[in-house]
Amino acid sequence: MSYITSIGKYVGMIKEVFSKPERFKVYYTRTITEIETIGIKSAGIVAILSVFMGAVIALQTASNMDSPLLPKYTIGYITRSSTILEFSPTIISLILAGKVGSNIASEIGTMKVTEQIDALEIMGVNSLSFLVLPKIIAAVFFFPFLIICSMGLSILGGYYSVTASGLASHEEFTYGVRAFFKMGDIIYALVKTCVFAFIIVSVSSYYGYYTKGGALDVGTSSTQAVVWSSITILLANFILTQLILM
Amino acid sequence: MIEVKNINKSFGENHVLHDFSARFEAGKVNLIIGQSGQGKSVLTKCIVGLMEVDSGSVLYNDRDFSKMKRKERKNIRKEIGMLFQGSALFDSMTVEENIMFPLKMFTDMSKKEMLERANTCLERVNLSGRNKLLPAELSGGMMKRVAIARAISMKPKYLFCDEPNSGLDPSTSLLIDNLIQEITYEYNMTTVVITHDMNSVIEIGDHIVFIHTGRNWWQGTKEEIIKTENEEIIDFVYASKFMKSLKGKLG
Repeated sequence: MSYITSIGKYVGMIKEVFSKPERFKVYYTRTITEIETIGIKSAGIVAILSVFMGAVIALQTASNMDSPLLPKYTIGYITRSSTILEFSPTIISLILAGKVGSNIASEIGTMKVTEQIDALEIMGVNSLSFLVLPKIIAAVFFFPFLIICSMGLSILGGYYSVTASGLASHEEFTYGVRAFFKMGDIIYALVKTCVFAFIIVSVSSYYGYYTKGGALDVGTSSTQAVVWSSITILLANFILTQLILM
Repeated sequence: MIEVKNINKSFGENHVLHDFSARFEAGKVNLIIGQSGQGKSVLTKCIVGLMEVDSGSVLYNDRDFSKMKRKERKNIRKEIGMLFQGSALFDSMTVEENIMFPLKMFTDMSKKEMLERANTCLERVNLSGRNKLLPAELSGGMMKRVAIARAISMKPKYLFCDEPNSGLDPSTSLLIDNLIQEITYEYNMTTVVITHDMNSVIEIGDHIVFIHTGRNWWQGTKEEIIKTENEEIIDFVYASKFMKSLKGKLG
């Protein structure tokens, strides 16, 4: 029963978030700030993870290729495919759910328990729209850029790891990366990213906004935000894969 | 003027406000006093619309706020300033940005005009030159003063103060009390202050409402509250040794 109530509350929140903004100029400025806070400031962790994960994917693929019948370019092909289809959009989104999601939930949660949200409401500001909408716009527009960078860095990580260790040559790896390429895979990945970005921000905002109590409860909300955004991302990943690829 | 008529508010089985009625006049500092857990904060939240009443009405100059929809309420909310117990300053904004925030959201002022208004408000609360500080860099008393400056930036008709003296030393408390009183008279606002502090009652209370068990138990002036024979009020007003000794001296 409480899950149904929560879903109802979440839907109500989303409706409020997308109501007409009071001042477009203020919202625009906030969106730019949010792009920096939740987008650009996540670039470092995304870059590090992407390079190392790409390197590990390539090395694992190479080490598991026992059959001499398998051409070496398969390493590049598998690295590219797994990066574009799953690793970059899904795993990086899960990482972002941890970093950005907890940040959003604790920021909004703290504002709630310190009456800053009440102050906004008293002034006549639609607090949900003011706080959440710029974050959603920033994430939905900026996360795809992060994911594209992640794809590139991951493949680059894979390239350096296998070429440096002599498991494949430059030609073999790059041929594999280019082989059987479908633009649809990139579009699929970006569609997933946009959906995941929306889930991360909206679910985390929901937990932050409905925080009650004090510092301990802000921490609980932050944890719940990460847990539930991750679960929702996995569920959405399954549904989207069924819808788009099947 | 704010008029509250027969307000009832419950949380499940817990009936917090019982047919509560009161009038808060313009140009006066109206105090709501009472022990903890008697419904002061719930009453204020119902008046400003942060909580919905179960029944009854809240009238702002005869406009029934409790029956209004969100969009209609916005117009009245622009006329309300509120000083929260914890100041509720936006911690990501500087002092100046905090004060300019409502102006940015609801007026067509240029940046220069907003800045001038912010400076005037800061001057009014004796914090000139502190524009660029962040709330984390301010003391408790300064935060309250910035919150007052933000509350008056839109020249409100109604000012609500939720325990403005909590956590402050006696001299800063007095400073805040005097500031609230001065701006009330200056802007001819309807000011409603929730407090436990008897010093505030004596210093600034023009009209006092004593809330007990969620009911308007007693109302009157500060001169009347000192002389009243009402048992519950005597228990509240003379709870401290200091007040008891004062009562002894006054006879």
